[in-house]
Amino acid sequence: MLKFLKGIYGVAVACFMVVPLAAILPLAFNDGVLINYPMNGVSLRWFDELLTSAVWKRAIINSLVIGTATALLATSLGTLAALGLRNRSGTFYSICRTAFLLPMVAPVVVLGVGMQIIFSRIGLLNTYTGIIIAHTVVALPFVVISAGTGLAGVSPVTERAAASLGAAPFTVFRRVTLPIAFPGILSGAIFAFATSLDEVILLLFLGSASQRTLAREMFAQLRDNLTPVIAAVAFLFIIGTLLLSVLSVVIRRRRSVAIMPE
Amino acid sequence: MTKGDARGHWRSAAMLAPLILFSALFFLWPLASVMTVAVSDPVILRAFPGLGAASEDWSRNGPPTPAMQRALVDDIRSIDDAQVLGAAVRRLNAAHAGFRSLMGRTAAAVRSQDGTDVDLFAVDARWREPEPWRAIIDGLSPYTDEFLLAAIDYGRDENGAITRLPPDKSGNRYVFARTIWIALQVTAATIAIGLPYALLMASVTGWTRHALMAALLVPMWTSVLVRTAAWFIMLQDQGLINEVLVGTGLTRDPLTLLFNRAGVLISMTHQTLPYMVLPIFSVLVSLPKSLMPAAASLGAHPLRAFWRILLPLSLRGIVSGALLVFMTSIGFYIVPALVGGPRDQLISSLIAHYATGTANWQMASALGLVLLGMTGCLYAVYSRFAGSGQIGR
Repeated sequence: MLKFLKGIYGVAVACFMVVPLAAILPLAFNDGVLINYPMNGVSLRWFDELLTSAVWKRAIINSLVIGTATALLATSLGTLAALGLRNRSGTFYSICRTAFLLPMVAPVVVLGVGMQIIFSRIGLLNTYTGIIIAHTVVALPFVVISAGTGLAGVSPVTERAAASLGAAPFTVFRRVTLPIAFPGILSGAIFAFATSLDEVILLLFLGSASQRTLAREMFAQLRDNLTPVIAAVAFLFIIGTLLLSVLSVVIRRRRSVAIMPE
Repeated sequence: MTKGDARGHWRSAAMLAPLILFSALFFLWPLASVMTVAVSDPVILRAFPGLGAASEDWSRNGPPTPAMQRALVDDIRSIDDAQVLGAAVRRLNAAHAGFRSLMGRTAAAVRSQDGTDVDLFAVDARWREPEPWRAIIDGLSPYTDEFLLAAIDYGRDENGAITRLPPDKSGNRYVFARTIWIALQVTAATIAIGLPYALLMASVTGWTRHALMAALLVPMWTSVLVRTAAWFIMLQDQGLINEVLVGTGLTRDPLTLLFNRAGVLISMTHQTLPYMVLPIFSVLVSLPKSLMPAAASLGAHPLRAFWRILLPLSLRGIVSGALLVFMTSIGFYIVPALVGGPRDQLISSLIAHYATGTANWQMASALGLVLLGMTGCLYAVYSRFAGSGQIGR
């Protein structure tokens, strides 16, 4: 009896978490102009609109450009810092470790106000550069954590072994350290890209109509006029998230194999 | 420290430098300017830069000294940007009624008598009184607590004492109270739903545990906008929830779930539930498996064993989760903006309104500073707590 109740409870909460996301998926293929059930026949018209209308096309391009630039900038800065923090202890390094994670905690709206003040002074308001910098700030903690975890998996013994076999320090880094840490760095980059893809609040404060991304366009539509294109975008986002989750599991598997071969 | 060690430190510092510089420029500087903008008010000082020095030996209650009158005339004469004077007059008119007409007449007189001395008393008799002078001089300080006080619905009266603002000028305290109330409700809901779920997840193994975990993680990794859109569609009058409710005959008419408190609470609980379950779960799986059988073998009823053993031991996870959920909830913006009504907006919406709607950065910064302070305190408690040893021992 208790076991039965436990089962019911688990299923109920899991449904609460998953059903809203699952329910939106079929609606992307609905042939009607309303986003609700029952569906009105199946069509790809909303995907067609997503890929052909000027507004959405621009949003897709903006998302890809800003997301890629954010991932590149955040990954380079974050990985370099993770290398600097590697195998280090002491007050300075622990302050750095804490400070680098703070953007995760600070309320985004407050960060938005501050950046708006600063960016208007230095001329970064309503520019792509400004948006990329802002997204990098909020994406960096994920990269520092992820690259740090990746580097922690590189055993100093392996590096010393390579060095004792005559490899120069940079060769050790390029041929031993980087390949073993690479999955961690890669998942940091993916996290940074996803953070940028999802970010709306900073865009509201710092961007103009020409920097509207997919997420920003969704926000505008949910606010003003709802069209089923939203469901099509949500479909792509959810499928993308599922694929990335699978990818990250695969990466982790491969990493654990790389560190501990049979 | 050996030579090689020192070189290693320099190399580490060099690798950290780019990120330190970047964070200082684009994270710390913005937050620091929120703090300074919240307490700075240079509008009046910019219009009357010379008056401060000239009024140092004034008694504040008597008639203005000749030096002050000369300084004021010089200041008015040297303003070449009409907006600077306009902004100062607007601010002063709020503090001292009638200032706009007084300054309008005076500025015109100063401009018409170019180069010669202007007798302010002849231009307007009100200049004989100390009040308008006091209004300017009190406003000269580049720092002010006006916005911080206004953020929590307080202000200063004519004597400088701190008083509550009249009801028509205050509403922030309701928004703060609402923010805290909603965050508390969400925290309570996530404990009520999340604690049994974490217990359940810890009690099973294999694919069941993986499935329960995936049900938490996949939504958590999904875009906030997509999750909010999903709830928007679920909660509509013709949404899935109402279809089921009406279809099964539980209600005759669809319930209103969108643009009200119910929608905000449901959607926020959905978004923060993983932050509650994961810390509790990570504490529970670290407990020895033999605890509950041991309690049972000593004759404790399962409920009693839970109350006396499992609950106290998982308290650390519950408190971590509660702090995390509460801290996240008070900063929410997107969910209330999209599924809430005008009476469900949190403090973030107010900040966004001042910053992007009315370009009142001082007010936005002051409110932001209060929110930042609240979050900072909660985070300090959280990191102390998450870093300290187990409590309840």
